[in-house]
Amino acid sequence: MSDSKIKITNLHKAFGKKVVLDGVDLEIKRGESLVVIGGSGTGKSVLIKCIQGILTPDQGSILIDDEEVVGVSEKEKEKLHSKMGMLFQGGALFDSLTVWENVAFGLIENQKMDRKNAKMEAIRVLRQVGLAPDVADLSPSELSGGMQKRVGLARAIATRPEIIFFDEPTTGLDPIMSDVINDLIIESVKGLGATALTITHDMASARKIADRIAMLYKGKIIWQGTVKELDKTKNEYVRQFINGSSQGPIKVEV
Amino acid sequence: MIEKFLRKLGKPLVKFFSGLGSLSIFIIRSVGNCFIPPFYVKNLLRQVMDIGFYSLPVVGLTTIFAGMVIALQSYSGFSRFGAESAVASVVLISVTRELAPVLSALMVAGRIGAAMAAEIGTMRVTEQIDALTTLSTNPYKYLIAPRVVAGVLVLPILVLIGDVIGIYGGFVVGVYQLGFNPANYVKATLQELEYLDVITGVVKAAVFGFIISIMGCYNGFKSKGGAQGVGEATTNAVVSSSILILIFNYIITGMFFSK
Ligand SMILES: Nc1ncnc2c1ncn2[C@@H]1O[C@H](COP(=O)(O)OP(=O)(O)OP(=O)(O)O)[C@@H](O)[C@H]1O
Ligand SMILES: [Mg+2]
Repeated sequence: MSDSKIKITNLHKAFGKKVVLDGVDLEIKRGESLVVIGGSGTGKSVLIKCIQGILTPDQGSILIDDEEVVGVSEKEKEKLHSKMGMLFQGGALFDSLTVWENVAFGLIENQKMDRKNAKMEAIRVLRQVGLAPDVADLSPSELSGGMQKRVGLARAIATRPEIIFFDEPTTGLDPIMSDVINDLIIESVKGLGATALTITHDMASARKIADRIAMLYKGKIIWQGTVKELDKTKNEYVRQFINGSSQGPIKVEV
Repeated sequence: MIEKFLRKLGKPLVKFFSGLGSLSIFIIRSVGNCFIPPFYVKNLLRQVMDIGFYSLPVVGLTTIFAGMVIALQSYSGFSRFGAESAVASVVLISVTRELAPVLSALMVAGRIGAAMAAEIGTMRVTEQIDALTTLSTNPYKYLIAPRVVAGVLVLPILVLIGDVIGIYGGFVVGVYQLGFNPANYVKATLQELEYLDVITGVVKAAVFGFIISIMGCYNGFKSKGGAQGVGEATTNAVVSSSILILIFNYIITGMFFSK
């Protein structure tokens, strides 16, 4: 086995005439925490969805554990998904289920854990993300946005997946809670020995959780390196992005 | 000029056929997944309750008034001779063959087809369906199959209940308003009772149940673009299933009764 967990080569994805991914090359090592940064609408979420097989790329290859996953059957995908966890940008909690049923969904449906144990496990994971046991029986719609995010996180890590995707885990949280989530991500990634791919705009969060950072711009990865290298880079695009300046090579179309 | 015309004609035509194609694929996948485990029994039971039990009041009201109206209408037609048996048989045949299945299905389409499209559509636009996939749960098995199975199983039962209530409606009008002898009316009804009439009604109901569930789920599943998209999906689900119900009603009637 090579030490690469996910290897993406020349990935293309367009919606109609709109080209979103235009030849992405990216490699994530086993146990590594990679953060992808990039402006709004550059296709970060699309990239994650391609890796998960929710969207089918137009062209290119994605290897997970050295096996091609583009174009595999639904059955194979199901198997793949059982080793992945995902925190959705918008939460995507099931609103017909209670909070604990959301967290325990993978445990009950796939790992065939009985409901009683699954509930106990769900409450344990909820506590891990800083939620009291009494939210367990609420419906997701009764929670604040930040709490929903934490429930989404709990659901993503509950099955102890090998690969975890975090789509903007700290957006919409206060700075303290953001840091709690950062710690949690580090903890769950290190604790589970998982490989993590995180998308974020939040540079403080990126610096904290990343082993390596990659920047997506105009459908390509235009820069990647460690946090140290990030601060020293001469790349104008990256510098503009991390300084959050409207002046520079990146033009925002308004 | 001609080119312009053809282009105008072509676009909706292409859209229509690609829509038909994607609906066909959706139907094949949905039906296939009804037979492949795992089965989500809890979801199925919830749908049976939603489609069946909670539709009882609507179906009851619709069919009782349908039966009553038919009794009145047919009486004014046959008022001189043997009105009793004529009214009883017209009520019986029209309720079991047509009114109970078609009216119940249209009411359920409005109630359930819309609810399915709205619920699944919301799940689609809030990425809950993607979330199901990432939790290695097949959304066709988890969401669609229980609804399709429940639709096909429950509508026939609703229609049988509707048959009884509709005939009772005719009886009430016949006895209390038109002054028929109750014993004679019941006797005439039983004499005219044909299994084929009831069975065609039940077959229709199963087909209508399938149509309602599939169109509700399909429109929800394919909806995009936030609340507006979900609203559109809901409308499309009700309109398309109602039209299909009427079309298939004609086709099935033709299959059973044209010799
Ligand atoms: N299912 C889809 N159909 C059509 N277009 C889509 C679809 N999904 C995404 N897009 C388009 O792809 C582009 C990239 O979307 P994406 O959600 O990946 O952005 P993002 O980088 O995650 O942005 P943000 O940081 O705001 O979440 C957008 O312009 C969007 O309109
Ligand atoms: Mg995004």
